[in-house]
Amino acid sequence: MFRTVAELVEMAKTENIPISEVMIRQEMDVKEKTRDEVFAEMEKNLVVMENAIEDALKGVQSVTGLTGGDAVKVQKYMKEKTPLSGNLMMDAVSKAMGTNEVNAAMGIICATPTAGSAGCVPGTLFAVKEQLNPTREEMVRYLFTSGAFGFVVANNAFISGAAGGCQAEVGSAGAMASAAIVEMAGGTPEQSAHAFAMTLKNMLGLVCDPVAGLVEVPCVKRNAGGSSLAIVSADLALAGVESRIPCDEVIGAMYRIGKQMPSSLRETGEGGLADTPTGRFLKEKIFGVSV
Amino acid sequence: MKYNSVFDIIGPVMVGPSSSHTAGAARIGKAARNLFGRQPAWAKIHLYESFAKTYRGHGTDFALVGGLLGMETNDPQISKSLQLAKEQGLEIEFIEDSAAVDHPNTVRMIIGDDKEQQELMGISIGGGKVEITELNGFELRLSGNHPAILIMHNDRFGAIASVTRILAKYELNIGHMEVNRKDVGKEALMVIEVDQNIEDSILQELQAADHIISIAKIVS
Repeated sequence: MFRTVAELVEMAKTENIPISEVMIRQEMDVKEKTRDEVFAEMEKNLVVMENAIEDALKGVQSVTGLTGGDAVKVQKYMKEKTPLSGNLMMDAVSKAMGTNEVNAAMGIICATPTAGSAGCVPGTLFAVKEQLNPTREEMVRYLFTSGAFGFVVANNAFISGAAGGCQAEVGSAGAMASAAIVEMAGGTPEQSAHAFAMTLKNMLGLVCDPVAGLVEVPCVKRNAGGSSLAIVSADLALAGVESRIPCDEVIGAMYRIGKQMPSSLRETGEGGLADTPTGRFLKEKIFGVSV
Repeated sequence: MKYNSVFDIIGPVMVGPSSSHTAGAARIGKAARNLFGRQPAWAKIHLYESFAKTYRGHGTDFALVGGLLGMETNDPQISKSLQLAKEQGLEIEFIEDSAAVDHPNTVRMIIGDDKEQQELMGISIGGGKVEITELNGFELRLSGNHPAILIMHNDRFGAIASVTRILAKYELNIGHMEVNRKDVGKEALMVIEVDQNIEDSILQELQAADHIISIAKIVS
């Protein structure tokens, strides 16, 4: 079983297989299941992601009315204008935000690695798909590659905002997506690791400060940030740019930073954006209590 | 390692909005129900730290009660669970507890009916994964990843052997096992995680073994 990204990359290189294959083989081994069973289980998650995006692009609203409808707005903008950051980028952002709009509306999503950060991996996948034209199998592999990197983070640091802040959630999710984009685009396992490291480095220190404690503000738009950064880092890695700090050390830094974060900035809804005049006003309006 | 499967990372499929505060909470509620063996008549639910501060925003209350009613993380009925509990005569009380705990997402569920009561402490560690850390005063570490049997027994020699002998007879492999006791010769708790689900006939055989008081099973 791999414990670090270095081990994961080494296993892929030694066997001359992609990262996704290392993850699939380990899962077959741990669960004592066949390749078909493991693949079918992951494909179910892919279908959930696909359905959530489909729902989002029809337009959803959360119960509080704080979030919803932005994914649709972006899609409309893409059709009517020429986005400055390009169609692929805005498509990813729209689908990532849309997934989280569905989540906020208590719809059904697949946590990747968490619900609050569930937009980054599917958002990028269903946008990159339009350009790379992957097979269904390659799309499922995208999820195994993402999962392999997330697995290392979860076992060496944390993936929940309550434990390590948003850097642990959207930071991990965006970084996982970067690594998977690289593999789908034909990059090497090392390039996946560099892409992962570059995204996570740019997310270090990000706090979890949800307004009224709801997974809405700023979570939906943080998924826009995570997914766009994922594409930028993937492009950097594919261009041959390398992270000076090795991937596992970046994960270690994320862990130590999370440990130093006060509880008010770890999903308690007490600090940061939650503690702005508007944040406090919204909380009072939603729950009808003074805070 | 805390996480051993890719589906702990890509998954679970769930009703939003939070994997730790909604999906994890539903799983703890379900574990409490399974250990109790039936739907309780009442529940006093103590919430700590992040759970106490944000439970209303995350639907943690709906999810815990949904779990107590037997719902899975992806059951759309979770959003109606408080109403359903009322209709089914399950009385719920939530307490925002300021006591210090080890993990930010901690819940203590005291549930019962006119016959019995049970106290369980659970933590939600992220991505929907949970651990049961305490049951009726016994410390334990139960991941809920594998089917498990919990056996209350008397602290006597041979109690463990009589249980493992039966498991061996049915070729059930033990993945993880711990034994805890309150004091020498008093009540003790055996927690056994196995790879396959255990049939009820085997549970009955275990129940009849020497020094066994009660048995509960958790399906993963």
